[in-house]
Amino acid sequence: MSSLWPRIEPLLAKVQKPARYIGCEDGAQQPVHSPGTVSWLLVYPDAYEVGLPNQGLQILYEILNERADALAERAYAPWVDMEALMRQRGVPLFSVDTHRPAGAFDMLAFNLSAELVYTNVLNCIDLAGVPVRGAHRDQTHPLVVAGGHCTFNPEPLADFVDLFVIGDGEEVAGEITQVVGQWRSSPRPMPRQAVLRELAHVAGVYVPSMYEVAYDGPRIVSVAPRYPDVPERVEKRTIADLASWPYPKRQLVPLTEVVHDRLNVEIFRGCTRGCRFCQAGMITRPVRERPAEQVRRLVREGLDRTGYDEVSLTSLSSADYSGIDEVVAGIIGDPECSGQVSVSLPSLRVDAFTVGIATEIQKVRRTGLTFAPEAGTWRMRQVINKLISEEDLYGAVDGAFSQGWRRVKLYFLTGLPTETDEDTLGIAELARQCVAVGRRHTRDASVTASVGGLVPKPQTPFQWFGQVPVAEMRRRIGLLRDATRRERGVALRWHDPEATLVEGLASRGDRRVGAVIEDVWRGGGTFQEWSERFDLGLWEQAVAARGLSFDWYVHRHREREEVLPWAHVSAGLHQDFLWHDWQDALAASGVEDCRWTPCYDCGACTGYGLEHVVASPVPPAGGSQGTGQDLSRGGAVPVELLHRRPLEAGV
Amino acid sequence: MRVRLRFGKLGKLRWTSHRDLARMWERALRRARLPVVYTGGFSPRPKLSFGLALPTGAESTCEYLDVELDQPDVDVEGLPGLLTPALPAGVDVLVAGGLEERAPSLQQEVTSCQWELEVTGWGPPELERAVGTVLQRSSLTVTRERKGHAVTDDIRPAILHLAVGVPSAAAGEPGPPPAPPAEEGEATPGPAPVLLRAELATQPRGLRPAELLCALGPGLEEVRVRRTHQWIERDGARWEPLPLGATDAPRALERVS
Repeated sequence: MSSLWPRIEPLLAKVQKPARYIGCEDGAQQPVHSPGTVSWLLVYPDAYEVGLPNQGLQILYEILNERADALAERAYAPWVDMEALMRQRGVPLFSVDTHRPAGAFDMLAFNLSAELVYTNVLNCIDLAGVPVRGAHRDQTHPLVVAGGHCTFNPEPLADFVDLFVIGDGEEVAGEITQVVGQWRSSPRPMPRQAVLRELAHVAGVYVPSMYEVAYDGPRIVSVAPRYPDVPERVEKRTIADLASWPYPKRQLVPLTEVVHDRLNVEIFRGCTRGCRFCQAGMITRPVRERPAEQVRRLVREGLDRTGYDEVSLTSLSSADYSGIDEVVAGIIGDPECSGQVSVSLPSLRVDAFTVGIATEIQKVRRTGLTFAPEAGTWRMRQVINKLISEEDLYGAVDGAFSQGWRRVKLYFLTGLPTETDEDTLGIAELARQCVAVGRRHTRDASVTASVGGLVPKPQTPFQWFGQVPVAEMRRRIGLLRDATRRERGVALRWHDPEATLVEGLASRGDRRVGAVIEDVWRGGGTFQEWSERFDLGLWEQAVAARGLSFDWYVHRHREREEVLPWAHVSAGLHQDFLWHDWQDALAASGVEDCRWTPCYDCGACTGYGLEHVVASPVPPAGGSQGTGQDLSRGGAVPVELLHRRPLEAGV
Repeated sequence: MRVRLRFGKLGKLRWTSHRDLARMWERALRRARLPVVYTGGFSPRPKLSFGLALPTGAESTCEYLDVELDQPDVDVEGLPGLLTPALPAGVDVLVAGGLEERAPSLQQEVTSCQWELEVTGWGPPELERAVGTVLQRSSLTVTRERKGHAVTDDIRPAILHLAVGVPSAAAGEPGPPPAPPAEEGEATPGPAPVLLRAELATQPRGLRPAELLCALGPGLEEVRVRRTHQWIERDGARWEPLPLGATDAPRALERVS
């Protein structure tokens, strides 16, 4: 199949940011296509500058290209100006590596990191010249695959995606390649349904067309396999040891501006802090740390190769890495790194220890510091199990301002279970207090409070909780605006509650929501995660036209007995564990991090024969968040952690 | 010490912007471990000074970069061999030369740029006529956008030379690259593009190739635009900031194709 470049290049003078479409990054590969090789097109269904840095896609890109029986190229959703020209001139979706048409690949593999990209997935399938519905595809079409966090509720995309990968993709990508390779090389062509059934036997692979959903009115009665050889529940895949997968080895270095434009080294995967709203923390258990020596090697080699002067040590909570201070000091002090390297830790923990590290690493370039207390009162933080005491927060903020930072950003959620106006207003109070702490050090101390609406996510304790409606979210934001309007130094930012509503629909929808997604896509609703492109009207029309309701999918509290749309997909967490954790939430009772305390059998380790891979048996230094928590009052005093869960308030 | 580098920007890389190019250079200088002088303050940046920005989409064999190095005895002749491998394919360092401490900046010195424009939409005779008409006029007032504002002024004085050209390879100059190799696949449809050669002033207000095409008339589309020379006019003579060695340009073209 030939390159589309001669037909693409004449379009580039007419579009914004043409460098999105040229490839040529350092680390890009030019794989040779041959009949015996299974070709994967890894598609990030959002703009290039958002998709390029995605580490999951880059890891699979390298692993597949290292295999003798596979190859991988990349594609990103063309921006609307480019898409219009492509449709006008009949240019299909293409890879940026060799500019090959997407329809010429064996696999179209999508990364699903956020629900609002779902309409872009349909658009990319269509631009590839492939029927958007799986039922309309035949042997000549690629298999459409999806992986990423959103696949823990795959149902809204069940009609459009042939197979989903649940959990870590490192191992299963190879297993899928083998099945597809046999299919492609078989002398007599096997029907598409036969290979899909074969793929349904691969652990961690969910093939939606192999399952029948039965309804009773709006309720789901059952989701059952159509064939006895298809598993009733699909269990996620988990790589036991991150040290076996030192990827990406050759991180892509973009030629044009992208988000997170720096070297990224993943220092651990999984998190057991147990924040109840956090889907990532629930579905990626257990904690698997990368050995410090490997981290150091990946950083040194990566900086040498790329010429970056910034490295981000990524994970869900990087300050929790065993010996993070030593690793950071090693990078900063490495003469090979020529003293100009800065280190960034995403998702800083809220305590003085963390600020100490931040001070160390941002000697070179000191921007703002961001903390995520998530809720305004201690009671509320016990409900969501984000156990940060006020002492922790003020200690962290005091540290930050005393070390020369002038701006601190705080992330909060509203629309939380049992949230009262007092809890909401606690956000303004915390922000005000933080400014007061900052004023002790600098007159122009400023605090930005950024407020998002809670989207209850599948496979979390909040999966049963009814999302707060738009009008109520607006009222709460209004309360905060009034409370902060006259506060010097406090700036309030908030996320659009209408977008939050649609996220709620796509997060906890079932197969019937697929028709809504298709309608919105056909109505031109692409790039819905971009505020200038988001169009609630399209979603409302489609929901009404399909006889569905936001109330049923989004606002309703779910019952313990009901069949959840994603119940046949498992992150290893026992439903009993999630339900009890939900009851603990309602009782404002927190639980400890099981990394350093006795196991409370959530299922993620025990069910899969896994264990935490943590270098240090004791919690890191710091405030209450680091040393385990005195849950009765949230003080900073370290306590002996001998209790088994659940710890009730006041124990 | 200060060093001036001349480099090319060819092939797919032409679709990157001037800012993108600056970032590529920052990374390349770090990869090559050259001791570049940094600015002070909370957000230190390497001290780099580029000449006139090349429009996104245009190629060039005459881009310049002045770098300040924190080392007195840099092997200047070795710089192209050191830096080119640290840059993406398509950006090649062609020549390097030492620079006096007080040498004026490229922005101040360069007075005009020479361009080759491959255009479609019109045949050679129509283009010849339009070029003749423009050259006969004593003034040519157009309205164009500058920094978000509409500016109306006379662009005729900025057109120093304009002609429908013979293919440049025949004229012994670095010309457009050879046709894409076979693996690139289908050929571009439509009639063969016509070559236009222009020398456009950069001061007091520069004229861009796209604006020149607009002034010639509607329907002209650029297929490929290449900057071939930047000129400094001094004491009645024309100089290049760094002249190209006779053998350098063809090598750059080989690498990108």
